[in-house]
Amino acid sequence: MSAVIEEHHGEHHDHKPTGIGRWLFSTNHKDIGTMYLWFSFTMLFVGGALALVIRAELFEPGLQFVEPELFNQMTTLHGLIMVFGVIMPAFVGLANWMVPMMIGAPDMALPRMNNWSFWLLPGAFGLLIASLVMSLMGMGSAPNFGWTFYAPLSTTYGPASTDFFIFSVHMMGISSIMGAINIIATIINMRAPGMTYMKMPIFVWTWFITAYLLIAVMPVLAGVVTMMLFDRHFGTSFFNAAGGGDPVLFQHVFWFFGHPEVYIMILPSFGIISQVVPTFSRKKIFGYSSMVYATSSIAFLSFIVWAHHMFTTGMPVATELFFMYATMLIAVPTGVKVFNWVSTMWRGSLSFETPMLFAIAFIFLFTIGGFTGLMLSIVPADFQYQDTYFVVAHFHYVLVSGALFGIFAAVYFWLPKWTGNMYDEKLGKLHFWLSTISVNILFFPMHFLGLAGMPRRIPDYNLQFAEFNALASVGAFIFGFTQLILLYNIVKTIRGRNTVKATGKVWEGSEGLEWTLPSPAPFHSFSTPPVVK
Amino acid sequence: MATQPNKQATQACTNNSKVLRNLLFVVIAMFGFGFALVPLYDTFCSLTGLNGKTAGVAYSGTELQVDNNREIKVEFVTSLNESMPWEFKASQTSVIVHPGEPTKVGFYARNLTDKDITGQAIPSVAPGLAASYFKKTECFCFTQQTLKAGEEREMPVVFIVDPSIDEDIHEITLSYTFFIKPGSEDAQAANGIKHTIALSTPLSQF
Repeated sequence: MSAVIEEHHGEHHDHKPTGIGRWLFSTNHKDIGTMYLWFSFTMLFVGGALALVIRAELFEPGLQFVEPELFNQMTTLHGLIMVFGVIMPAFVGLANWMVPMMIGAPDMALPRMNNWSFWLLPGAFGLLIASLVMSLMGMGSAPNFGWTFYAPLSTTYGPASTDFFIFSVHMMGISSIMGAINIIATIINMRAPGMTYMKMPIFVWTWFITAYLLIAVMPVLAGVVTMMLFDRHFGTSFFNAAGGGDPVLFQHVFWFFGHPEVYIMILPSFGIISQVVPTFSRKKIFGYSSMVYATSSIAFLSFIVWAHHMFTTGMPVATELFFMYATMLIAVPTGVKVFNWVSTMWRGSLSFETPMLFAIAFIFLFTIGGFTGLMLSIVPADFQYQDTYFVVAHFHYVLVSGALFGIFAAVYFWLPKWTGNMYDEKLGKLHFWLSTISVNILFFPMHFLGLAGMPRRIPDYNLQFAEFNALASVGAFIFGFTQLILLYNIVKTIRGRNTVKATGKVWEGSEGLEWTLPSPAPFHSFSTPPVVK
Repeated sequence: MATQPNKQATQACTNNSKVLRNLLFVVIAMFGFGFALVPLYDTFCSLTGLNGKTAGVAYSGTELQVDNNREIKVEFVTSLNESMPWEFKASQTSVIVHPGEPTKVGFYARNLTDKDITGQAIPSVAPGLAASYFKKTECFCFTQQTLKAGEEREMPVVFIVDPSIDEDIHEITLSYTFFIKPGSEDAQAANGIKHTIALSTPLSQF
């Protein structure tokens, strides 16, 4: 990733540390961003491999490849790795790279903390993946209770490796919190003169709000795993009915974290789409301030809807109604955003480079995921959908063709700025079409499977589900291997052989401070703050 | 904004540590809030009876007016936590009561092992909203029960359904689950057994 060409820019030469120390002790926001992104990309392949084990097993009814115990470990680790190891680090990586450049800051506000928050992650995931390696070596089970780790599955019945999981979650929590603090401090204190809050790019805004969400809920996650630890080893009974606790309490505390968490995983993607769509529509974003207010409303509402994950645990009707209506209310600001993106494209002079293609696919497919979310918010309907593949279809539409497609769009959008070379547009388009088609082959049939009653997290199924499952598995393998095209394209762009040099502006319609820098962006940028008019 | 770069840098530094301090405070507060959710949840549930938990101590309030015009069917469910090697049942599956009238029902437990075991029964009432109207003046669930090897015991429960209970409620289910006293050696031994069971069950199912 270091094939950045020596660049003479303005008054600065690029002084870069060399060797492994450059990465281990880095305090440079670009290098740390790069490490976050590579970490996330690596984890994407790890989590993806686990997903393919799941889909291989579900290709046909009966047990083929894995025992049910291992299947449970696969679903658990796939979920944990994708949520905490792929989507979140990728967003933090993008924030590290782009936020200082977008607001005209020389670096992040707290660079040493930045280094620490990245380097906690390999340790955290080392612990988590070690539990899987030990499991494969026959030394007990890896975490097998689903990524939601409901008590008592994770307390009374949790395997010994649950403690690896607990400390791993503690470490990623600390990492996320430090990352969030850093981003907030950067945005509050380091904006260039004239860059008022309401002039900040939407990506910066969405990350600003996301960072507050992280600070509010990651400590609650840390709290809930600490309670688990105490229940497991120190004789407390937070979640143990025998000792006067309540397993339902676990679900409340977990989802108090968990629901804002799902917005943490989508808001930065909203921000990315809000950068990409205007660029390739050659227009200013439609309804800038309504975008900011919509994002803030979503963040606020995310705190008062958690119990919609628990409709079937036995709640009074009044509570169910409250959470149902509050959940439906989220569709309003989200709808504002979707309409704003569409209005931005309306009568724009559009061109369809790969980032724009991913952005359009995001808008379309995320909206499908949003609508199934609305279906799930309806209490009586949720009683049927709960714990079926319909839920799986819903959250994969918002997380894969939503959050992940947003990240893909961002990578293609800013890769020329990072490397100084244009990526291979043909390969980019191939990656886009294969991903978009296969992601629908993969997840769309799951809607039907869920409506027909196929339960989640079970390695076997009844015969009537066979065709759609086979179809989904075919889509999964195409989608999985398609990501190698992205890897190849990125490596090719970094190496810069047979590629076109990128200009500073990169895109015809690009606007914003990051495009005023040369490509590749110099190691130190904006040492003198630019003035924003 | 035309300050000297040095001054600006120091300024940024103090601002950063201020933001850092404030946000760390929020982090600690939210960590505390996570734990505060535990008593909040318990208080909320005992005020509203949402989770079907009944009071953990005997009811000793005033005598309640018996409402002979209403009948409520109270059903009994007994279960054992899977590692509990006891036999446990109610003397009858249901009883029809008038609200306000004290009713006595017998429960029976027997230790099936050749070891002394201490257990704790956890009651739960469905629908949850009925829980706070379900008053027990006597219950074996208020204290832990120790049964010697092979010992059996009749355990009465006396309860009153508060006449102010919602008109729509015609049936109440009272469920007891007997757990091995948490933290005891028995519980740990049973946990070991449970792990093997939990691991082998899915295999045999498929």
